[in-house]
Amino acid sequence: MSWETVIGLEVHVQLATKTKIFSGASTAFGAEPNTQACAIDLAMPGTLPVLNKQAVHYAVMFGLAIDAEIGKESAFERKNYFYPDLPKGYQTTQLEKPIVGRGNVEIERADGSKKIVRIHHAHLEEDAGKSLHEGNFRHGVSGIDLNRAGTPLIEIVSEPDMSNAEEAIAFAKKLHSIVTSIGICDGEMSQGSMRFDVNVSVRPTGTKELGTRTETKNLNSFKFMEEAISKEVERQIDLIEDGGTVVQETRLYNGDTKVARSMRSKEEANDYRYFPCPDLLPVIVTDETIEELRRNLPELPDARQARFVEQYGLSDYDAAVLGSDAAMSAYFETTTEKSGNAKLAANWTMGELAARLNNEAISITNSPVSAEQLGGLIARVADNSISGKMAKEVFDGIWAGEGSADDIIEARGLKQVSDSGALEQMVAEVLAANQAMVDDYINTDEAKRKKKLGGFMGQIMKASKGQANPQQVNQILAKKLSELL
Amino acid sequence: MHNLTIAELVRGLKSNQFSSVELTQHFLDRIAKLNPGFNAVITVTADQALKAAAAADERLAAGNAPDLCGVPILHKDIFCTKGVRTSCGSKMLDNFVPPYNATVVENFEQAGAVVLGKTNMDEFAMGSSNETSFYGSVQNPWSTDCVPGGSSGGSAAAVAARLAPGATATDTGGSIRQPAALCGITGIKPTYGRVSRWGMIAFASSLDQAGPMARSAEDCALLLSCMASFDEKDSTCIDREVPDYSSSLNNSVKGLKIGVPKEYFSEGLNPGTEKAVRTALAELEAQGAELIEISLPNSGLSVPAYYVIAPAEASANLSRFDGVKYGYRCEDPKDLQDLYTRTRAEGFGEEVQRRILIGTYCLSAGYYDAYYGKAQQARQLIQQDFTAAFEKVDVIMGPTCPSPAFKFGSKGDDPVAMYLEDIYTIATNLAGLPGMSVPCGMVDDKPVGLQIIGNYFDEARMLNVAHQYQQVTGWHDQAPEGVDS
Repeated sequence: MSWETVIGLEVHVQLATKTKIFSGASTAFGAEPNTQACAIDLAMPGTLPVLNKQAVHYAVMFGLAIDAEIGKESAFERKNYFYPDLPKGYQTTQLEKPIVGRGNVEIERADGSKKIVRIHHAHLEEDAGKSLHEGNFRHGVSGIDLNRAGTPLIEIVSEPDMSNAEEAIAFAKKLHSIVTSIGICDGEMSQGSMRFDVNVSVRPTGTKELGTRTETKNLNSFKFMEEAISKEVERQIDLIEDGGTVVQETRLYNGDTKVARSMRSKEEANDYRYFPCPDLLPVIVTDETIEELRRNLPELPDARQARFVEQYGLSDYDAAVLGSDAAMSAYFETTTEKSGNAKLAANWTMGELAARLNNEAISITNSPVSAEQLGGLIARVADNSISGKMAKEVFDGIWAGEGSADDIIEARGLKQVSDSGALEQMVAEVLAANQAMVDDYINTDEAKRKKKLGGFMGQIMKASKGQANPQQVNQILAKKLSELL
Repeated sequence: MHNLTIAELVRGLKSNQFSSVELTQHFLDRIAKLNPGFNAVITVTADQALKAAAAADERLAAGNAPDLCGVPILHKDIFCTKGVRTSCGSKMLDNFVPPYNATVVENFEQAGAVVLGKTNMDEFAMGSSNETSFYGSVQNPWSTDCVPGGSSGGSAAAVAARLAPGATATDTGGSIRQPAALCGITGIKPTYGRVSRWGMIAFASSLDQAGPMARSAEDCALLLSCMASFDEKDSTCIDREVPDYSSSLNNSVKGLKIGVPKEYFSEGLNPGTEKAVRTALAELEAQGAELIEISLPNSGLSVPAYYVIAPAEASANLSRFDGVKYGYRCEDPKDLQDLYTRTRAEGFGEEVQRRILIGTYCLSAGYYDAYYGKAQQARQLIQQDFTAAFEKVDVIMGPTCPSPAFKFGSKGDDPVAMYLEDIYTIATNLAGLPGMSVPCGMVDDKPVGLQIIGNYFDEARMLNVAHQYQQVTGWHDQAPEGVDS
């Protein structure tokens, strides 16, 4: 029997507000545990939440980006459960009236075909803190870090519109691209800024009824997501084909060990006892606010990719790679402006720079080589001041913090010699010093002479310490040798 | 000095008849001498009080001090006081010292009022007799084998016993008005949103409202003018100018339309109480007010609706007391479940546990619509009754509670009998309306309260009517035997 897969995603996106959703504490990542948790985040008695307006605006911006209905009057509920990293004993979230209603996200498959994934809704809520259990805390003791508690999130819930891991990843990447492009999320997956819960079920090909689904929670990389989906699809099909049935459950996937396990079954699921939060008023978003946010909405990734093709003459592929990522797009555009050469800027950004950042696991926003610096380097390549090979050396120097391309070229004496008088003299000297090679060249059949040129080139570059402009040397050499024939 | 009203104390301090230090010492001495017999005050802050009094004397000497500068008061132990234990009457918070002040506490501090200490209360404000306090019950100064009412029983008894000229209190279903009635003092629960709830430990967030207790309406006006403020830290607080409640006290009641709901004079009302209330109404009629019989047809829904909504909200509000962050923690928990279970079983008293269970049940899957949903509908009907009534009348009057103070333990085995204590007061909390209790007679040598219910933000008129009544009657000037020494 053949099977088809049905996938839906729930995506938690941390909003890039400076302060938390209900308190004035900072949301910055990486501080000492519990130094960014105020009395409200700690759920001290008598404290009350005050909604962060910026978080509301960010959620509305997301709604506008996916062409969704905006909840003009949304409301918060309390979701009750006990856990040490949930200080109030309930999470303040939205259930009945979310801020973002139905919308659409278009994804592109590898073959270039397109598909719409429907968004059921997106709602605002607060993040929990972190529990540090044995292994990453002290033996036999669990630690609680409430720095993250109260960080604003939107939870985006898709319809089960994806049919395989590839589509799910394309959807996840598209969301990443959208939220970073409109600036509502920093997109730092490794810091948990986006986390994916994947609902997977299988059914015999061609049937309509959905199979029993499982939910694999908290995946924070596209790679882990792909692995978890593939393994889960395989597990479900094997289970059914062996006569078993899929149990509705919540699962966890460990990206390091590549092992998935059941966390809790439906029977063990909490009764969250949602009810309206009496400490918060309904959230009213006026038409005026919506229109203002729409007017100021930053460029969306699809529009930007089209513009890159149009404005810079990039290929569709290059435009897609650069244009899908907000930080990379900004980097590329600055590099282009500084260098005046879009094609080289695209090559360097996607090539040397991306590879180096990737190797050292540094995000482009923290790149040791700034866009201005790379632009300066490319400008020297474009005007033939340095060769491509030297450019890599200069790039390394910039990376190491030695300054601008011009500083390094100057300091290391890398400037290419392009003065034709000097080059003609240099070629003449090399030819005179290597009469045997010249004789050999003359005596070789015309068809094979071209191969002999490399030898002269090597001698000339050696004599110039690599600074001779190779194209010019080539021309001069060819001219001088032909005169000898 | 302890028989002077707050208005008289303000004049005495400003005209230098006595200093705040003298006044404060006088009340501290009275607390030391008399409180052991009443158990009304559970924390005395003598050193801080005397320091504050000295500072107040300096402000008074400098001139331009606010009205309440140098006036001693007590705070109900539900208000967080920076550096001073705030127990909420519970073992759970017996060790809790807040690092912040409630806005109410802050407002009095700014005005230069002197805090003598914190008053006893029903645990987490859940009770109508002050018998549920972890610190033991409070004796009614009028009859020490009787309860003072609750949950603000400590504040009411302290004011009646002249341990302080005024005190703060809170009212979720009658917790200001019922103890005020039972202790023969004056208390007002303002409109929901008039006084900030920041730093006031939550019982039922949509019903809780703080207000003052004193011996007269004139004194309540002085206290409320200071207590009420708009506070951005409480999202349910309403941004509306606070009137000077003292300025309208002397308006005439001529032509005032007083609604008398027939449902408040039905079965279960003590005949002596009814007589006292009717006599009070006749007195106001004699002053030129008009009595109009009205109907609040959905009154019968108040108690059932309240005992769904209040416990539901409480069940979530009290989840934060889990032994993890502050407050009571059980000894040697063997795991997380054990920590939660024993901390909450040992830290909460019986009535609090009962209400958490009721609330949890009402919000459970499958029961939500039948209980919480229906209760919210009932709440709307009750509100509509009042809206309709206030189209015809200016204020509504009736008894505060069905009978005078009852004996300790007399309702202990029957929670429902205890819940019926609040049968006349609960509706105003559900509607968010202001309510007040004024002494209006004696039955079996125990005080009886007249309840005044006003329209939204009509506290000035209520205080005016109460003051006019107190100009021609002397019930509020009576002192229990033995406290006047």
